[in-house]
Amino acid sequence: MTVNDPSSTSLQLTDDGQLRHFLTLDGLNRALLTEILDTADSFIEVGERSIKKVPLLRGRTVVNLFFESSTRTRSTFELAAKRLSADVLNLDINTSATSKGESLSDTLLNLEAMASDMFVVRHSQSGAPHFIAESVTPGVAIINAGDGRHAHPTQAMLDMLTIRQHKGGFEGLKVAIVGDVLHSRVARSQIRALNELGAAEVRVIAPATLLPRDVESLGCTVEYDMARGMKDLDVVIMLRLQKERMEGALLPSEREFYRLYGLSQEKLALADPGCIVMHPGPINRGVEIESAVADGPQSVILNQVTNGIAIRMAVMSMAMGGQMADRNRKLAGRAQA
Amino acid sequence: MTALLDMDRLLDDLEAGLRQKLEERGVTAPALIGIRTGGVWLADVMSKRLDLKEPWGELDISFYRDDFSRIGLNPKVKPSSLPFSTEDRDIILIDDVIMSGRTIRAAMNEIFDYGRPASIILATLVDLGARELPVQPDVTGRVLALQSHQRVKLRGPDPLHIELQETGK
Repeated sequence: MTVNDPSSTSLQLTDDGQLRHFLTLDGLNRALLTEILDTADSFIEVGERSIKKVPLLRGRTVVNLFFESSTRTRSTFELAAKRLSADVLNLDINTSATSKGESLSDTLLNLEAMASDMFVVRHSQSGAPHFIAESVTPGVAIINAGDGRHAHPTQAMLDMLTIRQHKGGFEGLKVAIVGDVLHSRVARSQIRALNELGAAEVRVIAPATLLPRDVESLGCTVEYDMARGMKDLDVVIMLRLQKERMEGALLPSEREFYRLYGLSQEKLALADPGCIVMHPGPINRGVEIESAVADGPQSVILNQVTNGIAIRMAVMSMAMGGQMADRNRKLAGRAQA
Repeated sequence: MTALLDMDRLLDDLEAGLRQKLEERGVTAPALIGIRTGGVWLADVMSKRLDLKEPWGELDISFYRDDFSRIGLNPKVKPSSLPFSTEDRDIILIDDVIMSGRTIRAAMNEIFDYGRPASIILATLVDLGARELPVQPDVTGRVLALQSHQRVKLRGPDPLHIELQETGK
């Protein structure tokens, strides 16, 4: 599957343009991305009430299907589903039937037989959620919670929500993404979202060994020197160094990486004074980011986590609503025919 | 029709009805909540007329609608905003038009998620009948009997006026 797969658009949108799966940001226009952000804003308010729950997904069953480990993403998806009043099943695939030899398709058939309405899928293979969305029973929504190096659309959208909260919008913004872009599905989704929402410039700052080939074609400029790259920045997004995915000699050493690309207070001082610091987590203190910066006044890292719940509530309710509206339209059409 | 829908008279009647209801119930410090969008404009007007010191709240009932499973989520949802706790408060809930009663059902469910109110007085500017749920306003500006193809909509906020719409059926 290529990054810009046109089949994603027809797969994840209904004929009326409503979301029914959330697989990738490719093919989603500015109006829809803005609708997701606006809807999430309303869910933030729900999170501040004494009863942090709304009845939208009451009676629906959401299955968290994580083929790859995750703490933050899985727990915020779980909390999001529960705040929408859904019943939630968390499947830790390492202890499940797949390790006994069951195929992905068989696992899914079994879960569908339990009348599940939504699968939240994380998988190490790019395109796995897309594959599931193509084969799943109509009416079941698929949400991508990160697939291989391809996409992590809810992470990118929670980052956009955080940027909009702090900067008011995207017009004229200069945003840099720093570090291990090569292994990062987050970076790909972020670059796509920032371009669609109208940021003035998206820069990636990294050593050549940690950049994918043709990185500019994603819609960004490239800077190898961090001091130069920090100039005039409004937003700096640090990426985690994905040590578990490093094959071969991509880096001389962690200490060398930190010296050149780690975000220290000195380097941050080169950016615009109002520059905010973001990180999708989990952070490696002293590898990508200095503790004083991660915990400092310009850091919005914990806002990102809070916003993650609201964004996930937004896409889950929009996709489930789209599925149900789609089914009703088709039933009505059949009744008329 | 135009005379019936004289806005100043409607608002006078709504205000008088509310004052009477508050007195009957012995409520001296109500908290006012408007349902978006028309009800919020009315909350603004009634808050001034009743000389309420506290800011009014606004509800967007999109997350509580009973037609979510039919049409999906309202794409224009906005955050609700209640600048007070509803716990043990006497609430005035206000909306422009009541018909099926479904909006009010949703609004009351939402209010209870902010805390258990002591009481709720329901005020609507116009009552079109055609109820589908056992929900009745305590105070209403005017009861209107429309033809089945007619609807009314409050336009505003400045000036507030009621528009009669023909649905073409």
